[in-house]
Amino acid sequence: MLKLDRVSKVYRVGSFGGEQLRAVGDVSFEVRPGQVVSLIGESGSGKSTIGKMVLRTSRITSGTISFDGADISRYRRTGELKEYYRRVQGVFQDPFSSYNPVFKADRVFEMIRTEYFAAVPAAEWRAKLDAALRTVRLDPAQVLGKYPHQLSGGQLQRLLIARALLLDIELLVADEIISMLDASTRIDVLNLLADLKERGLGILFITHDLSLGNYVSDQTVILRGGSVVERGATRRVFANPLHPYTRRLLSSVPQLHKTWAEVDAELRARDAGAERRCAYHERLPDGGPDPLAAVDEDHHVACFALDGAPCPDAARTPVG
Amino acid sequence: MSTEQAGPPTGAGPAPGGGGAPPDAAVPAGAPLAAAAPAGRRGGELAYFALRNGKLVAGLVIVLFFLLVGLFAPMLLPHGPNEYDIGPQGAPPSAELWLGTTRFGQDVYAQFVHGLRSTFLVGLLGGGVAFAVGMVVGFVAGYRGGWVDEVLNMITNVVLVLPTLAVLIIVAAYLQARGVAVQSLFIGLTSWPWAARSIRAQTFSLSSRDFVDLARLSGRSSWKIIFRDIAPNMSSYLFMTFILLFGGAVLIAAGLDFIGLGPTDGTSLGLMMNQAVNWGALQLGMWWWFVPPGLGITAIVGALYVMNVGLDEVFNPKLRET
Amino acid sequence: MSLKVRDLRVYYRTLAGDVKALDGADFELADGEITGLVGESGSGKSTLGKSLIKLDGRMRYVSGTVELDGAELPVRDSARMNDFRFREVSLIPQYAMSAMNPTRKVGRMIADLLESRGERFRALRPELVRRLELVGLGEQVLGRYPIELSGGMKQRTVMVLSTLLDPSLLIADEVTSALDVSNQRAVAETLAGFRDRGFVKSMIFVTHDVALVNQIADTITVMYAGRLAEKGPAKTVVNSPRHPYTRMLISALPEVGVSHGERRLSGIPGSPPALLDPPAGCRFRDRCPLAFDKCEQEPPFAEVEPDHSVACWKA
Repeated sequence: MLKLDRVSKVYRVGSFGGEQLRAVGDVSFEVRPGQVVSLIGESGSGKSTIGKMVLRTSRITSGTISFDGADISRYRRTGELKEYYRRVQGVFQDPFSSYNPVFKADRVFEMIRTEYFAAVPAAEWRAKLDAALRTVRLDPAQVLGKYPHQLSGGQLQRLLIARALLLDIELLVADEIISMLDASTRIDVLNLLADLKERGLGILFITHDLSLGNYVSDQTVILRGGSVVERGATRRVFANPLHPYTRRLLSSVPQLHKTWAEVDAELRARDAGAERRCAYHERLPDGGPDPLAAVDEDHHVACFALDGAPCPDAARTPVG
Repeated sequence: MSTEQAGPPTGAGPAPGGGGAPPDAAVPAGAPLAAAAPAGRRGGELAYFALRNGKLVAGLVIVLFFLLVGLFAPMLLPHGPNEYDIGPQGAPPSAELWLGTTRFGQDVYAQFVHGLRSTFLVGLLGGGVAFAVGMVVGFVAGYRGGWVDEVLNMITNVVLVLPTLAVLIIVAAYLQARGVAVQSLFIGLTSWPWAARSIRAQTFSLSSRDFVDLARLSGRSSWKIIFRDIAPNMSSYLFMTFILLFGGAVLIAAGLDFIGLGPTDGTSLGLMMNQAVNWGALQLGMWWWFVPPGLGITAIVGALYVMNVGLDEVFNPKLRET
Repeated sequence: MSLKVRDLRVYYRTLAGDVKALDGADFELADGEITGLVGESGSGKSTLGKSLIKLDGRMRYVSGTVELDGAELPVRDSARMNDFRFREVSLIPQYAMSAMNPTRKVGRMIADLLESRGERFRALRPELVRRLELVGLGEQVLGRYPIELSGGMKQRTVMVLSTLLDPSLLIADEVTSALDVSNQRAVAETLAGFRDRGFVKSMIFVTHDVALVNQIADTITVMYAGRLAEKGPAKTVVNSPRHPYTRMLISALPEVGVSHGERRLSGIPGSPPALLDPPAGCRFRDRCPLAFDKCEQEPPFAEVEPDHSVACWKA
């Protein structure tokens, strides 16, 4: 459905755009219908930029993003883009910043109505809206006609998901939609995403929180400095992290029932005896055109070279 | 990303144990206030603070007073502002002629109230033109960004460094008859750049907010987004910009009038001062000729600026405390 | 006991009346204890942290006493608190990274701050350098401008500075929430190290992240709607919580080390009461599956076993 093929984004900075800043480099992955793909990375990893590029609020520099085979950067006229937005929608991190503070919260629905459903009679629209709100488990009477500050963060995020559901969306880009919610309500929003997935929606779940990614997603993409370091089935990536960066992330995440020291010891014990080898070059001794190597079924890893250090196993520098 | 992330005042340092603690995460800034305002009472809340703001109320009273005088007083006069021999020449204020007469026996009071009229007209027209141009340029540059922004920015900077006075003198020399409207247009077309710049900056920061992205994702056109989604968020700011442009236009007009580039027909407060000085009112001690127009301009512009400070306090909750 | 708080109440003034953000806190901290103060937004955890050091303009002291190392802390009197701030009680603010004056070199800024507190920079400088080195920063940091330091470096500098005078109590207010996971771990472990080295006697680590605080804290204090719900040893609170709120909160947390498969976690239905006019009795009552008639009276925050207190009739 959604396919990113070696997508890069370069910002021109400095006077006269003389310097270049690579925010995203050579990122490829796919989101299929009924699949949650989590894009995990720390700040500066380029995860949100990827979300924006998929939503066409930011341009790509090279590579292609295609939706059902059509290159989305080709959409020129507003009409084409509007049709794209009928099928692909986004929800963002900060529920309070997603609403125009001077208007009531349900204005986000009105915008959809005036732009897409201008001809629909009021009663029919109301029924459609009620259905969407029920899907996200909100009581219309409680949330309509209120200002954003009168609603909780969880309610606001669910309203935005309901907004997306008013259209016939096939893909939802969820950019850190949980991170500003309280622990007792965030799980409900996560479960809601899982429900949508069961209805056949594809979801691109962007987060910095590995535990959320682990809970909700089928596929995991780990990003670092704009590049994918590891990608694969969530089960495999979390059970058997191969890239040193993935391991570092996993060992830093605080766990409820294990201390950091215990996690460190576990990782050390697993590595005991085994020499540290680059899984990428083990698979592709001479490197390859793709920045990732398949190390297992549905599990890909990048070269271990971190922070520009040369990879110990590299016979020659990887292409790309 | 919260825009409310108010850093502590510079100079305070990290002050562990001191002040400088940023807004509480648990109690977002303004949350108690927001919680206090039932169903959409933002307007009511603003009115509450507006009516209790001494600066705003005082400024408004002064401006309204002069506006009403300028609007109605001329209607009550039996003679025009420039008619001669209304009274004895150079007479000081008296019961019949409240502000005395000029050296030609013109009624200073009549000139003053008519002058007020043209002062408000210049402020409204000149400020209005500058405001309109500044808004369009600022919005488009801030929202579009990229090369559009660069081109508009260049034009803005060119107009900003244009020696306005020299241009006006040249233009004035070519035009035989100058009315208040023409003068306003000149002022408007030369004083918009700073407004454009500040509106551009505001638009730029608002454009990166999520709700603007969301409006884009709703398939809205750029103009709709600018005027329906972005502009309402800066309404207070736009209002204040207009007030400042209004005051600026009044001041510029007074300056132009004073150096003899004012309207060739009618009168204005600046023109009154120009004549007073030309005909030796200062040397002759005819204070009633130049003091009223001077005071009028000072009071109106001063009141506008005080209003602006008051409005700032009303719109910006951070300044309300105290 | 290094810290004793009795019935502390601090409200926020608003147009509509007082928001009862902190409505009666009773707890103690032992020497060397790190307690993780957890709660959701609006639970009053930050208000509690701040009220022990500085009431801001909107906060109003209502009642209560605070005792630090046997001496009363004059929390209601900002002027008298000045003698205690930084020396006895210190705070690392949430946005420590942006709390630096960009136009001054770090060393100069620290010197000014110390002088303004009546301390001599020269005398303290060797210790400052020693501690900067301890957190992996060199002396050269003092000659840099804040803009030249990364977020993590600034955070560490502020941590060192806040604890330079060996305060008895350190309040860390959401210091990790804006950081990436790897930095979170470093900061949390550094703070625990400060306690181990005796730079601070006890610490209140305010956060919304139970899993994080569980890594370094000895005890966990849970707040709900302006009141303490539960305080006990970290292991006990995480593994066998007694307050229904704590229980539901902890079971709602997804974890990295667990494969959740098809099993769904569930959140806590409902939302916390408005603190402008909170209902009488237990404030969790409306969301609590165990609520019964008696919950209309306020449950006392009472010890259920040694060092483990819970405010629930069913505990």
